Amino acid sequence: MSATVEFTIDGKEIPAQPGQTILEAAQQAGVYIPRLCWCKGLVPHGSCRVCTVLVNGRPQAACTQPVAPGVVVENNTEKVTALRRNIIEMLFVEGNHFCMFCEKSGNCELQALAYRFGITAPKYPYLFPQRDVDASHPDVLLDRNRCILCGRCVRASRDVDGKHVFDFVGRGPHKRIAVNAAARLAETDLKVADKAVEVCPVGAILKKRVGYAVPVGQRQYDQQPIGSDIEAAPAGGR
Amino acid sequence: MVASTSNGLKRVVIEPVTRVEGHGKVTLLLDEQNKVHQARLHIVEFRGFERFIQGRPFWEVPVLVQRLCGICPVSHHLAAAKAMDRIVGGEQLTPTAEKMRRLMHYGQFFQSHALHFFHLVSPDLLFGFDADVAIRNVIGVAAKYPDLAVQGVMMRKYGQEIILRTAGKKIHGTGAIPGGVNKNLSIAERDFLLKDAEQMLTWARGALKLAKDYTLAHLDELRDFGSFESNHLSLIGASGELDLYHGGLRAITATGEKIFDHVDYQRYLDYIAEEVRPWSYMKFPFIKSLGPERGWYRVGPLARLNTADRIDTPEAEAARQEFMAVTQGKPNNISMAYHWARMIELLHSMEKIHALLHDRDLQGTDLVVRGPRREETVGLIEAPRGTLFHHYVVNKDDQIVRANLIVSTTNNNEPMNRAVQKVAQDHLSGRQLTEGLLNRIEVAIRAYDPCLSCATHALGRMPLEVELLAADGTRLDRRSRG
Repeated sequence: MSATVEFTIDGKEIPAQPGQTILEAAQQAGVYIPRLCWCKGLVPHGSCRVCTVLVNGRPQAACTQPVAPGVVVENNTEKVTALRRNIIEMLFVEGNHFCMFCEKSGNCELQALAYRFGITAPKYPYLFPQRDVDASHPDVLLDRNRCILCGRCVRASRDVDGKHVFDFVGRGPHKRIAVNAAARLAETDLKVADKAVEVCPVGAILKKRVGYAVPVGQRQYDQQPIGSDIEAAPAGGR
Repeated sequence: MVASTSNGLKRVVIEPVTRVEGHGKVTLLLDEQNKVHQARLHIVEFRGFERFIQGRPFWEVPVLVQRLCGICPVSHHLAAAKAMDRIVGGEQLTPTAEKMRRLMHYGQFFQSHALHFFHLVSPDLLFGFDADVAIRNVIGVAAKYPDLAVQGVMMRKYGQEIILRTAGKKIHGTGAIPGGVNKNLSIAERDFLLKDAEQMLTWARGALKLAKDYTLAHLDELRDFGSFESNHLSLIGASGELDLYHGGLRAITATGEKIFDHVDYQRYLDYIAEEVRPWSYMKFPFIKSLGPERGWYRVGPLARLNTADRIDTPEAEAARQEFMAVTQGKPNNISMAYHWARMIELLHSMEKIHALLHDRDLQGTDLVVRGPRREETVGLIEAPRGTLFHHYVVNKDDQIVRANLIVSTTNNNEPMNRAVQKVAQDHLSGRQLTEGLLNRIEVAIRAYDPCLSCATHALGRMPLEVELLAADGTRLDRRSRG
């Protein structure tokens, strides 16, 4: 496929097809743009803002912003990195993320991003919100303590599974993930094999009784930082 | 932390107790002639794990609850995993799973016992209880006995290397999962650990000799130091052998009569109860049939050596026979004999590690078993500091609804208090307090290797302040360090 649009990311010429997003074109060219709410196979959402880049100096979500000829994109620069670090740190303090015993540790995209950005502890105060755990489903655990409101499960359930199990309710700090039932996850038609269960980037939606089956050292991000697969093999990655 | 009391007694506080794991304090009540009226060990931390694991999924518990401690987290990891084995109906582990867990456990015993003996206790034994505090510490040991200091560090490191290769991390790993383990031991990992195994055996023999020689050379002095008669309790193997990982419960009296034997620990509540006293955050367990007054007991290395009929590794068994000969085969009730007993276990652990590393089952691939589901479960293990009880109730949604943990040091609560009282009465009563005299109280506590919070790691010199107040509250004497 011949490229018809050219633009630059951090000074590097990136070929792209019209209609691609900056994130997709970058990924195809082996440039990793960090992301959380974006997920291969789901429509972009542009909500987490971790993929924020500067397009001709203006902050834009790379997962939703289409490519345009000749634009200058800043990705891996001091200014953009500082913005992203702040976003990641805020995601940590807005939930109850205890990596030390979380079974998603080592496979968690939020944790992996923190490691990639060298965040050892957030500089913002923890909010310690009151969140609940919905363990009613026989095969799936919903732990809202760890939800970052990325909406992957919402889109996957609606667009891939065709079920609409999850959705958001509330606004601002009161926004939370809800299930399409009077009360609990068990009352929905969610199945453990659904795409909505698979796509959670953190430990909020988990297959029950899997736990720590993968030993430390063999988990997804134990050896290489998140994004290394894209940088090593263009067009790869999640 | 210093106060005069309403009945005219002086209150002396040792806070914190040093060279132990965790934070505690000792209070002494003295009259005007400095006679000791009361001596108590207080545990000043409150953990609350039993409450805040409620609602968490059961498979998370072995990883979560081990955060109680940074010294022997493997004990909590394995006790919880043993409990969760029963929840998934997987308590009949595969040979690979059980041996991987045992290797992890012996590795932990090795590092924990080495840490305690070399880093925390050796200054008292090598320099004397009254030695200058400036040298009576691990730095002093390193300066005067550099070989011993290096051995202590390297033995602890070796134990941690085993834990890394069985649990995935040196501290707070994930190796034991409900019904089994998540990895085996690769050939490369086995060969790495075998490389230093002979050296570790040699050093373990040396540490045992040091503890034995010290105890025998000072037996007249130590026989009565903080000592008292007590019951003893531990897990025991099917044929009465020392077993640190699994078995039934055995309790014996101070003279060796069995109170109960080979008890299925799922029914521990039929045999053990806990008393609450208003002045301590730590409960006081006791054997139900004897009541709180007579039913308290000791756990840990001394208790295990007393309850065991034999040890199933040859060098440790020979050492056990020498140990038991001191008390003519009857239970040994000498508090300071804990150190000797602990070093017998150090050697036993290394013998076990050595044998396991040659066992091909560790390279097996059958790691997890499952069976009929249960909702209530008890997991017991012998931790380095003694018998560790984990009791959980899980609802049908897989969440913990109730938990009860009796940690090793809790079992030794009454014995440690007795040891403190005995030393205070024998050595301090009626005398001018000195740092060396006060250290004797800590020496007695250290014999039990307490992990006072089962969480914090209070290694090294911590600030200590002791004040002696007259009956009217005026300060007569003050000593501080740190």
